[in-house]
Amino acid sequence: MGASQARTEHKYQDLADKTGLKKKRALTSICFMIMDFLLPHCSRENLDSIPALANNPIRKQIVEAFFDKRNQHQDEVGSFEEIGFEQFLMVMSHFRPPTLKTTEEEKEAMRKEKLRFLFNMHDTDNDGTITLAEYRKVVEELLSKSGAIGQEAAKAIADAAMLEVASTNVPHMAPDDFYEGITFEHFEQILKGLEMESRMHIRFLDVDTTTMHCGKSFS
Amino acid sequence: MRRCGYVSLRLLGLVLLICLVSGVIRVNGDVAPTHQESHLKPSEPKSNVSQSEHGHGSGITGIPIVNFKWHHVETPYLVALWILVAFLSKLVIEANHHVTNYIPESALLICFGFILGGIVWGADKVQTFSLNPTVFFYFLLPPIILDTGYAMPNKLFFSNLGAILVHAVIGTCWNAASLGLSLWGCHMAGAMGELDVGLLQYLLFGSLIAAVDPVAVIAVFEQVHVNEVLFNVFDAFVKLGGSQINAWEIIKGIISFFVVAFGGSLVGFVFGLLISLLTRCTKNIQIIEPGFVFVLGYLAYLTAEMLSLSAILSIVFCGICCQKYINSNMDEKSVHTVRYVMKVLANGSETIIFVFLGISAIDKTIWVWNTGFILLTLFFIFVYRFIGVFFLTWILNKYRLVPIEFIDQVIMSYGGLRGAVAYGLAVLLDGTKIKEKNLMICTTLIVVYFTVIIQGITMKPLVTWLKVKRAAVGELTLIEKVQNKVFDHLLVAIEDISGQIGHNYMRDKWNNFEEQWMSRLLMKPSARKKQDYVFNVFHQLNLKDAMSYVAEGERRGSLEFIRNETAFIDFKKKFGDEYSEVMPDIMADMSDDYDPMSAMRRDPVPSVSLGMHEQTMNGMRETEGVNSHHLLQQHLYKGRKQHRHRYSRSHFDVNKDENEVQEIFQRTMRSRLESFKSAKMGVAPPKTITKYPKKDQGQKMPNGKSMDKSKSYHSGDEDFEFSEGDSASGYDASGTGIENPAFMPELDPMSQVQIPPWLAEAELDSGTVAPSQRAQLRLPWTPSNLRRLAPLRISTRSTDSFVLADAHGAQQRDDELLPPPPTPPPPPHKDDGNM
Repeated sequence: MGASQARTEHKYQDLADKTGLKKKRALTSICFMIMDFLLPHCSRENLDSIPALANNPIRKQIVEAFFDKRNQHQDEVGSFEEIGFEQFLMVMSHFRPPTLKTTEEEKEAMRKEKLRFLFNMHDTDNDGTITLAEYRKVVEELLSKSGAIGQEAAKAIADAAMLEVASTNVPHMAPDDFYEGITFEHFEQILKGLEMESRMHIRFLDVDTTTMHCGKSFS
Repeated sequence: MRRCGYVSLRLLGLVLLICLVSGVIRVNGDVAPTHQESHLKPSEPKSNVSQSEHGHGSGITGIPIVNFKWHHVETPYLVALWILVAFLSKLVIEANHHVTNYIPESALLICFGFILGGIVWGADKVQTFSLNPTVFFYFLLPPIILDTGYAMPNKLFFSNLGAILVHAVIGTCWNAASLGLSLWGCHMAGAMGELDVGLLQYLLFGSLIAAVDPVAVIAVFEQVHVNEVLFNVFDAFVKLGGSQINAWEIIKGIISFFVVAFGGSLVGFVFGLLISLLTRCTKNIQIIEPGFVFVLGYLAYLTAEMLSLSAILSIVFCGICCQKYINSNMDEKSVHTVRYVMKVLANGSETIIFVFLGISAIDKTIWVWNTGFILLTLFFIFVYRFIGVFFLTWILNKYRLVPIEFIDQVIMSYGGLRGAVAYGLAVLLDGTKIKEKNLMICTTLIVVYFTVIIQGITMKPLVTWLKVKRAAVGELTLIEKVQNKVFDHLLVAIEDISGQIGHNYMRDKWNNFEEQWMSRLLMKPSARKKQDYVFNVFHQLNLKDAMSYVAEGERRGSLEFIRNETAFIDFKKKFGDEYSEVMPDIMADMSDDYDPMSAMRRDPVPSVSLGMHEQTMNGMRETEGVNSHHLLQQHLYKGRKQHRHRYSRSHFDVNKDENEVQEIFQRTMRSRLESFKSAKMGVAPPKTITKYPKKDQGQKMPNGKSMDKSKSYHSGDEDFEFSEGDSASGYDASGTGIENPAFMPELDPMSQVQIPPWLAEAELDSGTVAPSQRAQLRLPWTPSNLRRLAPLRISTRSTDSFVLADAHGAQQRDDELLPPPPTPPPPPHKDDGNM
């Protein structure tokens, strides 16, 4: 009994570490434990049915990202059928903002993590490259809400973007070379100039209450 | 008369002096010193009167051949001359880049003003030109502020609105109050000797000098400008007189502070909406369309002033509100005009302001030195600014997602430059109520000089020393924009999922609301289509590609191929007016004198009009024009009616004769057909060249597509053409194939020259022959890699190339294995010849 309790505690402390929600660790882990206990597991339909998401053009990708094993900070691939609290929290942890105390290296790592998250969102078949088809799909969906732009234009945009990546990363290509797709390194390279700080952060009301809020959507 | 001559002589001398910079003051030497120098500003009637007397005094007998009537033109003449002087000084200053690298331009302009002022003063012994608050607030300031508002990055502004408001409102109040109180304290302690200044006056002074100047500092954070409001309030207090102020009055003052600020913003908002609404229906008067923006913006300013609300806030918000709508409502040319004129006005007034700030200094009457007062003011300003900024950011950082870093705070504090607004307000002070007005003006001037010159100069080293993150020069990359969009949606989704109402959530809701209602109300239906951000970027990249393509082609010696095509395409377009909706006029602006008509007549379809780069294009077009006129005359339909340049004030009108167009079209189609056949006969061109039409094709594609879609005679023709081509018909030269053979034989016997040098050399370096560098980079990718230039293809060809790209693997290889496509005739030959 005692041993198992210690193990659970350890598990949640680990979780707190991994997700970066370290503030008052003991408290967090208790919170997590309660949450984990209370919340049912959730499936894609659950997330899909969130009404606020209805207008989001890339809803599918985002929902998918929650079920993607690659976003769990572990070296697994594939996707879950349903996720529990732990997995959910892991995904959410990609969006934590830096604090004043975050060091440069940590920031860099966070940035990379976020990029990885994005990359995974695009790379649907887990093969480490975003192929043209994959990219096109995202762009098409992204633009599908802004009615005026047709499929063709979306395709063209995706192609042009792809071309950009190709020309940036492989400037001297033989004419019969073929650019298979964007690898993560290329992805990183091309988005180097992008300022991530203000873009991929969510202001969680407070670190502890984050979990509370995360929970709401499930219940 | 003679005197007038001197005046103009002297002014000419000033101009001369600016050009030579070495002081040629001799011209001024012989001017009678007692003469009352005429005022720059129209509001001084004195000198006018004296002059007109003078003018009429010299009785005219008989009919003079030449009349020298200086006083008739005096005021506008002087204004124009001064503007010229200011601009020239800017020119001189900007010519010396090694100086402006160290010393900011504003400081140099002020110094220049010193010199000019010295000259004027040396001539007159009295300073007659000075920055007049009326002129400043009614003519010089509005364009600058309007430009600020119009160019405000909305998203940044609104996402930082909290911080901006805190800094602008609380920060300003803090600065004003602390400065006023401290000065008063020092006064009480006797640090400044005898001064007839009360607490209220100190506070008034504090309020006018408190806030940072939008003219001097171009930083997002400071642009909501409140000290004017504060000034109004304190001014009212001072007018009441110190004794009557009780708690109620203070509360009223606070209320009026907010009323003035928010009322001003509201007025601006209303006018912004008005502009948007108006530009919605200016389709038929596109020439004066841009004028609305300026006039209404100015009216917003004046209205707020009239209602004694904050005029500055009003015009800022006017700019912010209308920017989005007018940018999409108006023709791209008008948008460019607006932007450009805005910049001209803003930059011009800025220059004038700084020069006159310098000139104003050289005036004995305003210099009332009080060491204690001045030094203390400087000191307090500096210190309180730091304290204020650090304290406020400290509070803000508790709530901000991305905290403002220490270095940024230092820069924000240090960047607290004061400028002309403070001076203008100081001059506005009521001399009867405030005895030490001159001292205040003088102190304000010193503060302005100190901050602008000293802090301005040291700013740059400081920035480099602290290694401030500078905004990277943003290259427009599509993928980044797409990614940004992904970010936005992602963040909203995450907030939705986690069920909190955050910034992103709010922004998303606002966007939806805007899309639903505001856009519907304020935007032309056709404009709404091109709203999408990513699509805009795509569009602009397309333009850029086209531009660099043209530039590269021209650099390498020939543009003939483009020119021919464009002429051709344009005719086609006119012929098929029925597709004008679908037909993006990519070439519209490139064809020399057909485009204005087509671009003006209908709303250009958003995707591909070169209007964006109009300015750059213009130069090109002129040189091109000659050539292609020649070309057209030679080879195309020789209409009975010649192209005539008709002058019209309200239209860019050109000849549009249906017959002619049709004839041309048919002719070209015929020649295309021939070209196709002849190509099939097997004039197998060198392989490299096949890539070249590819690029062309990319450019042409939008037209090709719309043609295919329609069921007209020629589209069938085209399809036929392609169906006969083999699978590599992606290469098919719908572009180059068209007119080459038509022109080639007649044009030049030299046309059998081999590949032009630039093509040949290109072959060596990357194995491709793309005319533009950008294209060169891109080309090797896939055969369908010119998609960017072909945004809307729906034709059979395009789909097949998409398929190609989709099934990139095998088919791609297949493609490479194919023999060089037979279709494309050797375009470069023709080009070579034509040039």
